[in-house]
Amino acid sequence: MANNVCLDRACGKHSQFWTLLALGGLVMLGTLSAFFYLEHHGHIETGMNNQIVWGLPHVFAVFLIVAASGVLNVASIGSVFGKKMYKARAPLSGMLALAMLAGGLAVLVLDLGRPDRLIVAMTYYNFKSIFAWNMIFYNGFFAIVGLYLITLMDHKLKPWSKPVGLLAFLWRLALTTATGSIFGFLVARAGYNSALYAPMFIIYSFAYGLAAFLVVQSVMYKWNNIAVDERILARMKNLLAVFVAAGLYFTAVLHLTNLYFAKQWEFERFLLAGDNVYTTLFWLGQVVVGGIVPLLMLFNSNASKNPAIVFLAALLVLVGGHAQMYVTIVGGQAFPLDLFPGYAETSSFFDGVMHSYTPSIWEMMLGLGGIATAFLITTVAVRVLKFLPQDDFKEIELEAKEG
Amino acid sequence: MARLSSWLRLAALIGAAAVLAAPSFEAAAGADKPTLTRGKGDKCVEDTEFMRRNHMDLLKHQRDETMHKGIRTTKHSLKQCVECHAGEKSGSVAASKEDFCMACHSYAGVKLDCWDCHATKPMAKKPGQAEAKAESKASPLMPNSRNGGAKP
Amino acid sequence: MSEPNRPESNPENGGRRTFMVAGAAVAGSAIAPGVMLYGIAQAKPADEAVTDKTRWGMLVDTTKCNSGCTDCVTACNTENALSGKTGPQDSQWIRKVEIKNLQTGAQNSLPMMCQHCENPPCVDVCPTGASMKRADGIVLVDRHICIGCRYCMMACPYKARSFVHEPLTEQNPEVPRGKGCVESCTFCVQRVDRDEKPACVEACDKAGHKALVFGDLNNPESDVAKAVKAHASTEVRGDLRLNTGVRYQGI
Ligand code: SF4
Ligand code: SF4
Repeated sequence: MANNVCLDRACGKHSQFWTLLALGGLVMLGTLSAFFYLEHHGHIETGMNNQIVWGLPHVFAVFLIVAASGVLNVASIGSVFGKKMYKARAPLSGMLALAMLAGGLAVLVLDLGRPDRLIVAMTYYNFKSIFAWNMIFYNGFFAIVGLYLITLMDHKLKPWSKPVGLLAFLWRLALTTATGSIFGFLVARAGYNSALYAPMFIIYSFAYGLAAFLVVQSVMYKWNNIAVDERILARMKNLLAVFVAAGLYFTAVLHLTNLYFAKQWEFERFLLAGDNVYTTLFWLGQVVVGGIVPLLMLFNSNASKNPAIVFLAALLVLVGGHAQMYVTIVGGQAFPLDLFPGYAETSSFFDGVMHSYTPSIWEMMLGLGGIATAFLITTVAVRVLKFLPQDDFKEIELEAKEG
Repeated sequence: MARLSSWLRLAALIGAAAVLAAPSFEAAAGADKPTLTRGKGDKCVEDTEFMRRNHMDLLKHQRDETMHKGIRTTKHSLKQCVECHAGEKSGSVAASKEDFCMACHSYAGVKLDCWDCHATKPMAKKPGQAEAKAESKASPLMPNSRNGGAKP
Repeated sequence: MSEPNRPESNPENGGRRTFMVAGAAVAGSAIAPGVMLYGIAQAKPADEAVTDKTRWGMLVDTTKCNSGCTDCVTACNTENALSGKTGPQDSQWIRKVEIKNLQTGAQNSLPMMCQHCENPPCVDVCPTGASMKRADGIVLVDRHICIGCRYCMMACPYKARSFVHEPLTEQNPEVPRGKGCVESCTFCVQRVDRDEKPACVEACDKAGHKALVFGDLNNPESDVAKAVKAHASTEVRGDLRLNTGVRYQGI
């Protein structure tokens, strides 16, 4: 009962495809002009400054990178843990992982002070730097997931998909750990110095990745006028709910340990009960929009019958994810470093005051370029290769009975 | 990214070699051939021919020596290049297309990013600097220097 | 290729060298003749690499530092050709920080700059190795390989670093700096290498405060080594165990 899906150029939806490409291309055009503008004038045209050194571009970039490693989970569950239903989704999941990682890295590179020295970043490595390790992990991720995709799509290589899939799975765990550690290693900063950052980023990546996958899958089904099978939807939405709940739980643990063990009251008060945009984003964005509301939607008894609900819930998780990144990245920097504990500090360099950050349109355009990159790669890939999940329902039913 | 685009450099070399090797060609191309202003003194620290091909390597080597080891010999330092080669009109090596660095680099189309950070003009001589030095105690920093005295 | 610069090959430099030897002899002769050879005070020859025999450091006596005085900041700006502007995107290599004890109300004023950590977090995190520590303890950014990722700024506990947000011109030939790279206090490495004190220290002395003592912490005879031995001093954020080259007295 496999879906015979027409994805060829022959079967219409021509104009829509080109519309999508044009849309993505337009955003990309904006991104590139922002890049050249900033390359010429310098970061003076952004809202970033010597206090908030990482801003909106990094919010988008880190989100995409974290979600990229998470989206690969779908494939891992299929290949590594042998679930048929997920296996049918492995190629799409692998391709999305590559597309999103490419998008995230593109933003990081475009935001460098000296993007022209990209080759330096590739040739000079400081192996003590977790940042350098990240670059190695990213490059490896491209190679391994690329290989994995080949084993999935080539019939002769199919037997290899399991070991390569396992490697990809382990690699992505390492990658997210390394990404989380970028923040966890910043010992001097009240907001970041926690060993919980790495595991927390892994949990977040599960949720963001699966949400991104569900959004793309919904759109693809809709595009091809296919109804998602209820059982599949039910399982995937339950998994998303588990990840979102786990993310909320980890967030709670992080802040509780900060309060009770690390005694970072000042920072926690600033974040959780402050009079600033980060408090709002945390509660409203990360917790309510990105956590509680999607959970309520997913546990709604109609959810598995109505793909729209799942689609919306997944979209909200993505929105909440961006809020979380903003709180983590910008909020963590906005809280002033305490050079002299027990003293009040003032200076010409904004010591002792909350740092302000007003993003400019340029960095917004840079950031959106990451999403546009991922979007364009996905659109083209889906058009030229077969990425639409091909479910074999007999096997799934069998699995359901066993499990 | 001048030092990275070696193919550009190669192109420049081929261009320069062609100009040197073929006088007839040179005459033809003479109109826009770069004219370099002479530096101070009679000659450069190395052969002109050698410099034409290797100045970038000398500079890169010197840059690492100075940055990382604090070696501040002047022979191959960019600062010293600027001292001698700054143009008479502009007082700079890179302010206009006639200036020393730009004359060749714009001719060969090799972009260079030295001047994003480095001054293109020589040190302004502070009046009375030499005298001030004469008076200053030889070392305010190393009263009991362990490496001092060994060399001279 | 690292052929040292011989006086013959460069009369200008040769002149300076002879000159410094003469100066050294003058200083040397003031001491007993026997001590002279050992005691000849002289900058490291230009062709010699810095070594870890020296560790440059500074002691800030906050009791001598005046709350209204910014002479060190001005001197730094002049020496390193910084604009002196203090907007959120402008570079500040050294800044005056006013602190007030929340319990006792005691107030201090002190300069804050790169602390030239022995275990510098900025160097640890830099992906390319552009952030680096010289053998003599001076922490620098090699702008040739800095990609402007600003991770070092995130890592520095003292907010000692600035990012150059716009194109620059009119740099000091001895202090290259430009758009897109990160920078911080260099202890005026160009001056230290020719045996002069950092500009801030000189300015503080000139103003008569003498709150900054600079020198070789490894040399027991140096002013700074004697001073840190004689007075209780602290590292800022000593809990991080970075073993900073800059220490503070009176807080
Ligand atoms: S004070 Fe900051 S910039 Fe200076 S060495 Fe320490 S970490 Fe690096
Ligand atoms: S901004 Fe430059 S010096 Fe700082 S971490 Fe990045 S590459 Fe290293």
